[in-house]
Amino acid sequence: MEKKKNRSFIYLKKYWQLYLLLLLPMVYLLVFKYSPMSYILIAFKEYKLNMSVFEMPWAAQNGMKYFIKAFKNRDFIVALRNTISLNLLDLIAGFPAPIIFALILNEIPFKKFKKTVQTVAYMPHFLSWVIISGLCLQLFAPSSGLVNMVINNLGFDSVPFLNSPNHWVATYILTGVWQSFGWGSIIYLAAIAGISPELYEAASVDGAGRFKKMWHITLPGIRPTIVVLLIMNLGNILGSGFDRPFAMQNPLVMEVAEVLSTFVYKNGIKGLQFSLTTAVGLFQSVVCLFFLLLSNWLSRRLGERGIW
Amino acid sequence: MNVKGKSTQMGDWIFVILCVFVGLICVIPMINLLARSLSSSEYLVKHSVYLIPKGLNFEAYTTVLKDSKNIRAFVWTVFLTVVCTLVSLTMTAICAYPLIFQDLKFRNTFNILITITMFFNAGTIPNYLLMKQLNLLNSPLVLIVPACLSVYNMIIMRSFFYGIPESLRESAQIDGASYFTILLNIYLPLSKPVFATLALFYAVGRWNGYSDALMYITNKDYYPLQMLLYNILNNINNVEVAAQEGFSTPGLAESLKAAVVMFSTVPILLIYPWLQKYFIAGVTLGAVKE
Repeated sequence: MEKKKNRSFIYLKKYWQLYLLLLLPMVYLLVFKYSPMSYILIAFKEYKLNMSVFEMPWAAQNGMKYFIKAFKNRDFIVALRNTISLNLLDLIAGFPAPIIFALILNEIPFKKFKKTVQTVAYMPHFLSWVIISGLCLQLFAPSSGLVNMVINNLGFDSVPFLNSPNHWVATYILTGVWQSFGWGSIIYLAAIAGISPELYEAASVDGAGRFKKMWHITLPGIRPTIVVLLIMNLGNILGSGFDRPFAMQNPLVMEVAEVLSTFVYKNGIKGLQFSLTTAVGLFQSVVCLFFLLLSNWLSRRLGERGIW
Repeated sequence: MNVKGKSTQMGDWIFVILCVFVGLICVIPMINLLARSLSSSEYLVKHSVYLIPKGLNFEAYTTVLKDSKNIRAFVWTVFLTVVCTLVSLTMTAICAYPLIFQDLKFRNTFNILITITMFFNAGTIPNYLLMKQLNLLNSPLVLIVPACLSVYNMIIMRSFFYGIPESLRESAQIDGASYFTILLNIYLPLSKPVFATLALFYAVGRWNGYSDALMYITNKDYYPLQMLLYNILNNINNVEVAAQEGFSTPGLAESLKAAVVMFSTVPILLIYPWLQKYFIAGVTLGAVKE
């Protein structure tokens, strides 16, 4: 016993500095990431101001009242539907774009030109969604926007890019592609750079052309990267950032633009329905986690490496 | 230059043209915006401004710069961004560094504690209620502290630290250097690239972020630039502003909005190209599986 105590003393004497360094980050995680988890209980309780979470009375229907209420709430169902459909469209349009861009860049033999194109393509990633929505207002305005000015000059009628629901969805998705394709290509370019040049040389000797090499060497070479990123995207199918939808939406298109994160903000922080919106948030987090675990498991079954 | 012969060169040009097209799509919105901000309102009302300013004038910019509210928000956001970046970098480093020592007891516990937060977040409302309980609502601290450590960025830094040869710190330890000394004198100087990358990530995140201000702050004095911009673009609370700032004249309102957007974007556009080498390395490091 004496010896054991002595040993941990020696151990601490050696390592205390490392623990001291970790102290602040761990306190941060406990306070800002773990302690709010106790508030999740509100989803199962009747929210009362000036009462601790543990004292609040349980909600009716075995605490499930607010989950049932959410699923009977038309606005919630609409937000859920929009979240899923916008994410699916994002995946369909946004996932291949950086891969295609990386393949195109890979065929450029002029180094300086390639680097300039990259710099320009990374630019949209550094713009905030407030700024991008401002750009959209300027570019797509019904008569004074650049795009509609061009369309009008060609003799066609203005397109309501931001005011009609269907057009808004298309604008939203394409703006997302515009914002992320360049940044997303970085990871694929790195993967392409890791492919052995000997493979290309051997293929050239065998008489393979540019597109054959792309199809039979480059694409298989970056397949693991593609799969991992696809899993992460699929796992996030019910996730919804806040900045992008909130900045892009406008009153005319709410029917297609309201997503779960903005629903929670409007009904919770603005509308003070804390129990209902905590229930919605919890539902979203749990489903997200489930999808992530599922898609990771699936990719391992298919013989690819998972994300952990 | 490629030395594969003429037939390959021909094909290359198709890709060059594709790239030029993609590049134009990226920059044309910004060029259009710049042209609008510099054009006079009569041309804007006539819808004749495309990519080149017409009736060149700086009225929109002088109006934006004359308004002390804009300048205030700009200075405040610069200050916030610098403080956030420094605090976050410190937090990231002191979290990543101890975790590279394989023989540290409870290292796995710490790692698990960190990883869980990546997959499960308490949610918007619980976070809001926490800020309320900590009395952080409407405090400028709420824009700094809650986001001062990104686990993703910590993992990037840790991967970088793993890449520094162990022999370096072992020989320093033999010479009697403490863990603090090793961090300050070996790891920090060797990690400039990853610090540059993460500084950019944190700075851009703070500069561009507005949702925390939207949710936690009602005192307009603490609004960061993006929040102000959001209100201007969406014509919120412009009723009293309209008269003084010329928002009522349609043409000038357009060029003013364009000028405000340029005003809040230019700082980042000036910085990011110089850090390209670093952030590419950073993104790639983040993708490396441990």
